[in-house]
Amino acid sequence: MKVAVVRFPGSNCDADAYHAALLAGHETEFVWHRSTDLAQADVVVLPGGFSYGDYLRPGAIARFSPVMKAVEAHARAGRPLLGICNGFQILCEARLLPGALARNAHLSFVCRPVRLKVESDATPFTAPYRVGEELIMPVAHGDGRYVADEATLERLERTGRVVFRYVGANPNGASRDIAGIANEEGNVVGMMPHPERAVEPILGSSDGSRMFALAALAAGVA
Amino acid sequence: MKFTARVRVMPRSGLLDPQGQAIEHALASLGFERVGSVRVGRELEIALEADSEAQVRERLGAMCEKLLANPVTEDYAVDTVEAQR
Repeated sequence: MKVAVVRFPGSNCDADAYHAALLAGHETEFVWHRSTDLAQADVVVLPGGFSYGDYLRPGAIARFSPVMKAVEAHARAGRPLLGICNGFQILCEARLLPGALARNAHLSFVCRPVRLKVESDATPFTAPYRVGEELIMPVAHGDGRYVADEATLERLERTGRVVFRYVGANPNGASRDIAGIANEEGNVVGMMPHPERAVEPILGSSDGSRMFALAALAAGVA
Repeated sequence: MKFTARVRVMPRSGLLDPQGQAIEHALASLGFERVGSVRVGRELEIALEADSEAQVRERLGAMCEKLLANPVTEDYAVDTVEAQR
Protein backbone atom coordinates (compact mmCIF):
# COMPACT_ATOMS: atom_id res chain seq x y z
CA MET A 1 0.00 0.00 0.00
CA LYS A 2 1.10 3.55 -0.64
CA VAL A 3 0.46 5.83 2.29
CA ALA A 4 0.69 9.62 2.08
CA VAL A 5 1.11 11.64 5.27
CA VAL A 6 0.19 15.27 4.65
CA ARG A 7 2.33 17.90 6.37
CA PHE A 8 0.85 21.27 7.19
CA PRO A 9 2.86 24.08 8.76
CA GLY A 10 2.43 23.18 12.43
CA SER A 11 1.83 19.45 12.01
CA ASN A 12 3.76 17.67 14.75
CA CYS A 13 2.61 14.04 14.62
CA ASP A 14 3.57 13.66 10.97
CA ALA A 15 6.78 11.77 11.75
CA ASP A 16 4.90 9.44 14.12
CA ALA A 17 2.29 8.66 11.47
CA TYR A 18 5.05 8.10 8.91
CA HIS A 19 6.84 5.77 11.32
CA ALA A 20 3.64 3.82 12.05
CA ALA A 21 2.89 3.33 8.34
CA LEU A 22 6.48 2.40 7.57
CA LEU A 23 6.57 -0.07 10.47
CA ALA A 24 3.47 -1.71 8.99
CA GLY A 25 5.44 -2.26 5.79
CA HIS A 26 3.90 0.40 3.56
CA GLU A 27 5.57 2.57 1.00
CA THR A 28 5.17 5.86 2.84
CA GLU A 29 5.75 9.45 1.83
CA PHE A 30 5.30 12.92 3.24
CA VAL A 31 3.23 15.30 1.12
CA TRP A 32 3.68 19.02 1.71
CA HIS A 33 0.42 20.97 2.07
CA ARG A 34 1.17 23.01 -1.04
CA SER A 35 1.14 19.90 -3.20
CA THR A 36 -1.98 19.35 -5.27
CA ASP A 37 -1.45 15.72 -6.20
CA LEU A 38 -2.35 12.67 -4.16
CA ALA A 39 -3.16 10.43 -7.10
CA GLN A 40 -0.39 7.95 -6.19
CA ALA A 41 -1.67 7.40 -2.66
CA ASP A 42 -3.88 4.47 -1.70
CA VAL A 43 -4.35 5.88 1.79
CA VAL A 44 -4.05 9.47 3.00
CA VAL A 45 -3.37 10.44 6.62
CA LEU A 46 -3.89 13.95 8.01
CA PRO A 47 -1.72 13.90 11.14
CA GLY A 48 -2.04 15.65 14.48
CA GLY A 49 -0.49 18.93 15.46
CA PHE A 50 -1.36 22.60 15.44
CA SER A 51 -1.67 23.54 11.79
CA TYR A 52 -1.38 27.30 11.35
CA GLY A 53 -0.98 27.62 15.11
CA ASP A 54 -4.67 26.73 15.58
CA TYR A 55 -5.35 30.36 14.63
CA LEU A 56 -9.04 31.24 14.31
CA ARG A 57 -10.09 27.65 15.10
CA PRO A 58 -8.13 24.38 14.92
CA GLY A 59 -8.11 23.28 11.28
CA ALA A 60 -9.95 26.37 10.01
CA ILE A 61 -7.08 27.64 7.89
CA ALA A 62 -5.46 24.31 6.98
CA ARG A 63 -8.81 23.34 5.49
CA PHE A 64 -8.06 25.78 2.65
CA SER A 65 -4.49 24.58 2.02
CA PRO A 66 -3.87 23.72 -1.66
CA VAL A 67 -3.58 20.00 -0.85
CA MET A 68 -7.13 19.89 0.49
CA LYS A 69 -8.63 19.85 -3.01
CA ALA A 70 -6.74 16.61 -3.65
CA VAL A 71 -7.72 15.30 -0.20
CA GLU A 72 -11.39 16.00 -1.00
CA ALA A 73 -11.08 14.29 -4.39
CA HIS A 74 -9.44 11.28 -2.71
CA ALA A 75 -12.30 11.11 -0.18
CA ARG A 76 -15.02 11.52 -2.80
CA ALA A 77 -13.46 8.74 -4.86
CA GLY A 78 -14.14 6.46 -1.88
CA ARG A 79 -10.47 6.03 -0.99
CA PRO A 80 -9.38 5.68 2.63
CA LEU A 81 -8.65 8.90 4.50
CA LEU A 82 -7.73 9.06 8.18
CA GLY A 83 -7.65 12.28 10.21
CA ILE A 84 -5.98 12.04 13.60
CA CYS A 85 -6.46 14.77 16.22
CA ASN A 86 -5.75 17.99 14.29
CA GLY A 87 -6.42 15.93 11.15
CA PHE A 88 -9.90 15.16 12.53
CA GLN A 89 -10.42 18.88 13.23
CA ILE A 90 -9.40 19.69 9.65
CA LEU A 91 -11.82 17.07 8.23
CA CYS A 92 -14.69 18.59 10.24
CA GLU A 93 -13.77 22.11 9.14
CA ALA A 94 -13.63 20.85 5.54
CA ARG A 95 -17.07 19.30 6.09
CA LEU A 96 -15.83 15.91 5.00
CA LEU A 97 -17.10 14.84 8.42
CA PRO A 98 -20.05 16.37 10.31
CA GLY A 99 -19.82 18.27 13.59
CA ALA A 100 -16.92 20.13 15.17
CA LEU A 101 -14.25 19.81 17.86
CA ALA A 102 -14.71 22.42 20.58
CA ARG A 103 -12.51 23.47 23.51
CA ASN A 104 -12.22 20.72 26.17
CA ALA A 105 -14.98 21.13 28.74
CA HIS A 106 -12.47 21.50 31.59
CA LEU A 107 -10.26 23.85 29.51
CA SER A 108 -7.00 22.01 30.21
CA PHE A 109 -4.88 20.30 27.61
CA VAL A 110 -5.24 16.57 28.18
CA CYS A 111 -2.30 14.29 27.37
CA ARG A 112 -2.65 10.73 28.62
CA PRO A 113 -3.62 7.22 27.57
CA VAL A 114 -7.38 6.67 27.39
CA ARG A 115 -9.60 3.62 27.08
CA LEU A 116 -11.60 3.37 23.87
CA LYS A 117 -14.31 1.05 22.72
CA VAL A 118 -14.52 0.04 19.07
CA GLU A 119 -18.07 0.77 17.92
CA SER A 120 -17.78 -0.07 14.23
CA ASP A 121 -15.64 -2.37 12.11
CA ALA A 122 -17.20 -1.07 8.90
CA THR A 123 -14.31 1.21 7.92
CA PRO A 124 -10.94 0.35 6.37
CA PHE A 125 -9.25 1.59 9.55
CA THR A 126 -11.36 -0.30 12.07
CA ALA A 127 -11.92 -3.50 10.08
CA PRO A 128 -9.15 -5.35 11.98
CA TYR A 129 -10.86 -4.72 15.32
CA ARG A 130 -13.82 -6.46 16.96
CA VAL A 131 -16.87 -4.36 17.75
CA GLY A 132 -16.91 -3.93 21.52
CA GLU A 133 -13.15 -4.46 21.83
CA GLU A 134 -11.39 -2.11 24.25
CA LEU A 135 -8.19 -0.36 23.21
CA ILE A 136 -5.65 1.90 24.90
CA MET A 137 -4.37 4.91 22.95
CA PRO A 138 -3.08 8.29 24.05
CA VAL A 139 -4.93 11.55 23.55
CA ALA A 140 -3.16 14.93 23.41
CA HIS A 141 -5.44 17.86 22.73
CA GLY A 142 -7.00 21.04 24.02
CA ASP A 143 -9.89 21.10 21.55
CA GLY A 144 -11.25 17.59 21.41
CA ARG A 145 -14.84 17.92 22.59
CA TYR A 146 -16.88 16.49 19.74
CA VAL A 147 -20.11 18.44 19.25
CA ALA A 148 -22.90 18.28 16.68
CA ASP A 149 -26.59 19.07 16.68
CA GLU A 150 -28.93 16.40 18.04
CA ALA A 151 -30.17 15.38 14.58
CA THR A 152 -26.59 14.78 13.43
CA LEU A 153 -25.72 12.81 16.57
CA GLU A 154 -28.84 10.67 16.13
CA ARG A 155 -27.99 10.05 12.48
CA LEU A 156 -24.41 9.07 13.37
CA GLU A 157 -25.68 6.62 15.99
CA ARG A 158 -28.43 5.18 13.83
CA THR A 159 -26.15 4.58 10.86
CA GLY A 160 -23.28 3.11 12.89
CA ARG A 161 -20.92 5.95 12.11
CA VAL A 162 -19.62 6.40 15.65
CA VAL A 163 -16.47 4.31 15.35
CA PHE A 164 -14.78 4.90 18.72
CA ARG A 165 -16.17 5.90 22.10
CA TYR A 166 -14.30 6.79 25.31
CA VAL A 167 -14.74 4.25 28.08
CA GLY A 168 -14.66 5.38 31.70
CA ALA A 169 -13.56 9.00 32.08
CA ASN A 170 -14.46 11.16 29.09
CA PRO A 171 -11.28 13.24 28.62
CA ASN A 172 -12.86 16.31 27.00
CA GLY A 173 -16.63 16.33 27.52
CA ALA A 174 -17.40 15.03 24.02
CA SER A 175 -21.07 14.45 23.22
CA ARG A 176 -22.02 10.82 23.84
CA ASP A 177 -18.36 10.04 24.64
CA ILE A 178 -17.58 10.15 20.92
CA ALA A 179 -13.85 9.73 20.15
CA GLY A 180 -14.08 9.01 16.43
CA ILE A 181 -16.58 9.01 13.58
CA ALA A 182 -16.83 8.00 9.92
CA ASN A 183 -18.47 9.54 6.89
CA GLU A 184 -21.53 7.94 5.27
CA GLU A 185 -19.48 5.74 2.96
CA GLY A 186 -17.11 4.69 5.77
CA ASN A 187 -13.93 5.55 3.88
CA VAL A 188 -13.22 8.72 5.86
CA VAL A 189 -12.48 8.36 9.58
CA GLY A 190 -11.62 11.08 12.08
CA MET A 191 -10.49 10.40 15.63
CA MET A 192 -9.03 12.38 18.52
CA PRO A 193 -6.88 9.58 20.05
CA HIS A 194 -3.50 8.85 18.49
CA PRO A 195 -3.20 5.31 17.03
CA GLU A 196 0.21 6.25 15.58
CA ARG A 197 1.51 6.74 19.12
CA ALA A 198 0.42 3.21 20.07
CA VAL A 199 2.22 0.96 17.61
CA GLU A 200 4.98 -0.66 19.69
CA PRO A 201 5.14 -2.07 23.24
CA ILE A 202 7.77 0.51 24.18
CA LEU A 203 5.12 3.19 23.59
CA GLY A 204 2.87 1.64 26.22
CA SER A 205 0.39 0.16 23.77
CA SER A 206 0.44 -1.54 20.39
CA ASP A 207 -3.31 -1.25 19.89
CA GLY A 208 -2.90 1.19 17.00
CA SER A 209 -0.67 -1.02 14.88
CA ARG A 210 -3.56 -3.04 13.43
CA MET A 211 -5.07 0.17 12.10
CA PHE A 212 -1.90 0.90 10.13
CA ALA A 213 -1.60 -2.68 8.89
CA LEU A 214 -4.53 -1.89 6.57
CA ALA A 215 -4.80 -5.63 6.09
CA ALA A 216 -8.41 -5.57 4.94
CA LEU A 217 -7.53 -3.01 2.30
CA ALA A 218 -4.56 -4.97 1.08
CA ALA A 219 -6.80 -8.02 0.81
CA GLY A 220 -9.33 -5.98 -1.13
CA VAL A 221 -12.22 -6.53 1.26
CA ALA A 222 -12.69 -3.00 2.61
CA MET B 1 -14.71 53.38 -0.86
CA LYS B 2 -12.76 52.21 2.16
CA PHE B 3 -14.56 50.77 5.14
CA THR B 4 -13.70 49.40 8.55
CA ALA B 5 -16.03 46.74 9.87
CA ARG B 6 -16.32 44.89 13.15
CA VAL B 7 -17.53 41.33 13.07
CA ARG B 8 -18.47 39.47 16.25
CA VAL B 9 -18.25 35.68 16.40
CA MET B 10 -19.79 34.07 19.49
CA PRO B 11 -20.25 30.48 20.68
CA ARG B 12 -23.73 29.25 19.85
CA SER B 13 -26.15 29.75 22.71
CA GLY B 14 -26.86 26.42 24.34
CA LEU B 15 -23.34 25.20 23.60
CA LEU B 16 -21.12 24.81 26.65
CA ASP B 17 -18.67 27.73 26.83
CA PRO B 18 -15.99 26.61 29.29
CA GLN B 19 -13.96 29.83 28.86
CA GLY B 20 -16.99 31.92 29.78
CA GLN B 21 -17.65 29.72 32.81
CA ALA B 22 -14.05 29.99 34.02
CA ILE B 23 -14.21 33.81 33.79
CA GLU B 24 -17.58 33.78 35.54
CA HIS B 25 -16.02 31.86 38.44
CA ALA B 26 -12.99 34.17 38.52
CA LEU B 27 -15.25 37.24 38.72
CA ALA B 28 -17.21 35.65 41.55
CA SER B 29 -14.02 34.82 43.47
CA LEU B 30 -12.86 38.44 43.06
CA GLY B 31 -16.02 39.57 44.77
CA PHE B 32 -17.94 40.86 41.76
CA GLU B 33 -21.46 40.05 42.74
CA ARG B 34 -24.64 39.59 40.73
CA VAL B 35 -22.81 38.55 37.57
CA GLY B 36 -25.24 36.36 35.66
CA SER B 37 -23.18 34.70 32.99
CA VAL B 38 -20.15 35.33 30.79
CA ARG B 39 -19.65 34.14 27.24
CA VAL B 40 -16.42 34.52 25.30
CA GLY B 41 -16.20 35.05 21.57
CA ARG B 42 -13.98 37.07 19.29
CA GLU B 43 -14.19 40.32 17.43
CA LEU B 44 -12.50 40.87 14.09
CA GLU B 45 -11.71 44.31 12.76
CA ILE B 46 -11.60 44.15 8.99
CA ALA B 47 -10.54 46.96 6.66
CA LEU B 48 -11.86 46.52 3.14
CA GLU B 49 -12.87 48.32 -0.01
CA ALA B 50 -16.34 48.14 -1.50
CA ASP B 51 -18.85 50.21 -3.44
CA SER B 52 -21.41 50.49 -0.67
CA GLU B 53 -22.15 49.51 2.90
CA ALA B 54 -24.60 46.91 1.62
CA GLN B 55 -21.81 45.33 -0.42
CA VAL B 56 -19.54 45.35 2.65
CA ARG B 57 -22.18 43.49 4.65
CA GLU B 58 -22.73 41.00 1.87
CA ARG B 59 -19.01 40.28 1.57
CA LEU B 60 -18.60 39.97 5.35
CA GLY B 61 -21.48 37.50 5.42
CA ALA B 62 -19.74 35.39 2.81
CA MET B 63 -16.44 35.56 4.76
CA CYS B 64 -18.19 34.43 7.93
CA GLU B 65 -19.95 31.55 6.19
CA LYS B 66 -16.76 30.37 4.56
CA LEU B 67 -14.05 30.99 7.14
CA LEU B 68 -14.60 33.34 10.06
CA ALA B 69 -17.29 31.35 11.90
CA ASN B 70 -17.97 27.64 12.19
CA PRO B 71 -21.72 27.18 11.69
CA VAL B 72 -21.74 24.13 13.98
CA THR B 73 -20.45 25.97 17.02
CA GLU B 74 -20.61 29.71 16.38
CA ASP B 75 -22.97 32.55 15.41
CA TYR B 76 -21.77 35.76 13.85
CA ALA B 77 -22.99 39.32 13.54
CA VAL B 78 -21.67 42.39 11.75
CA ASP B 79 -21.57 44.99 14.53
CA THR B 80 -20.43 48.14 12.77
CA VAL B 81 -19.47 49.24 9.29
CA GLU B 82 -17.78 52.64 9.08
CA ALA B 83 -16.81 54.44 5.92
CA GLN B 84 -13.28 55.88 6.02
CA ARG B 85 -12.84 59.38 4.74
